[in-house]
Amino acid sequence: MISKLVASTAQALADVPDGATILIGGFGAAGQPVELIDALLEQGAKDLTIVNNNAGNGTTGLAALLAAGRVRKIVCSFPRQADSQVFDGLYRAGKIELELVPQGNLAERIRAAGAGIGAFFTPTAYGTPLAQGKETREINGRQYVLEYPLHADYALIKADRGDRWGNLTYRKTARNFGPIMASAARIAVAQVREIADLGQLDPESIATPGIFVKRVVKIGATLAKEQA
Amino acid sequence: MSSKLTRDEIAARVAKDIPEGAYVNLGIGLPTLVANHLPADREVILHTENGMLGMGPAPAKGEEDPDLINAGKQPVTELPGCAFFHHADSFAMMRGGHLDICVLGAFQVSAKGDLANWHTGAPDAIPAVGGAMDLAIGAKSVFVMMELLTRDGKSKLVADCSYPLTGVGCVSRVYTDMAVFDITPEGVTVTDLFGDTSFEALLEITGLPLKLAQ
Repeated sequence: MISKLVASTAQALADVPDGATILIGGFGAAGQPVELIDALLEQGAKDLTIVNNNAGNGTTGLAALLAAGRVRKIVCSFPRQADSQVFDGLYRAGKIELELVPQGNLAERIRAAGAGIGAFFTPTAYGTPLAQGKETREINGRQYVLEYPLHADYALIKADRGDRWGNLTYRKTARNFGPIMASAARIAVAQVREIADLGQLDPESIATPGIFVKRVVKIGATLAKEQA
Repeated sequence: MSSKLTRDEIAARVAKDIPEGAYVNLGIGLPTLVANHLPADREVILHTENGMLGMGPAPAKGEEDPDLINAGKQPVTELPGCAFFHHADSFAMMRGGHLDICVLGAFQVSAKGDLANWHTGAPDAIPAVGGAMDLAIGAKSVFVMMELLTRDGKSKLVADCSYPLTGVGCVSRVYTDMAVFDITPEGVTVTDLFGDTSFEALLEITGLPLKLAQ
């Protein structure tokens, strides 16, 4: 019998090695897999490359992982926020590498990795500092920039419900990067609010089919709600 | 009459040009004010980059849902007919040219329609781009909404942007507190003047060879 269910967040991340590239879902607090990030902090892997839309808020979650000095490089679109003081300090001190990527290029590079695309031409960022040094091409009279897929060893995502095959549903705008990140990582780990029996999830509303997911761990209450 | 429009008055002027049926993305900051000025009987579908069409206004106090937010990470609501989708689909709506209008703030706009709105270029500034570059090149019409002058009185509508670019030749119209400008292949046209601003004054402020719309 297939079961991708794991008993704890610690078990779900036990094999993360130093130097891993990890996609972390979420847009601000919505969809951020806080318990998995806490487990990663506890687990101890270091020299990590983290891909997330932001670079941590406040002092918990991703910000705590940064503060612990475990992240070598962050790939994101919007690091600077009112409460990104942990990242700001590390960046100004030269203690973390930043690869700044326009948000649509970030999403498409992740999608491309999951879809087996070798590279793609995008109009975004043409003629700007973020396209400097990159290959460009005129196609049908428009200028494009060549971008490469963003593969990862792990993806940590937060879904709403999941089953033992790894099928996932999401809640509202907490879906954001979840489905594409699940497809782009060798090992996608989903934390869910609730485990559903196989067949309980409406097949029409499964946003991430289980083929993209390796491990599912139940967390219980919706955390963003408690944190807000 | 005051000589310049307030921010809300600029927002109301932008809202006047958004037609029924338009799919619209309002950038974070000043452009979000536009939503308050769309008449209730006009169906305009708001897009937010974090994965929603049919976004409604802020919820009543106590009704906030942390899984239901906009690009500025503020709580919003669902309207009937709304839809959720993942990030690659959301940006396909921009990059694939499906959005009719986006309204963005700006540090500078050039007479050729170049946009600078993500980075001041200051050496100690931490850069953050978000979805600005995707919106700039993706929407069918890119409207900029800004005050015409910087705090020290310099025009933000310029011959060439001195700040790092967000997009090249992407802006179609600029709404300011003193006038509305259309960026056309033939140059910049003044299509609306507010308060006691004169066309001659705009020529002097911008230093650009502006034309006055007939």
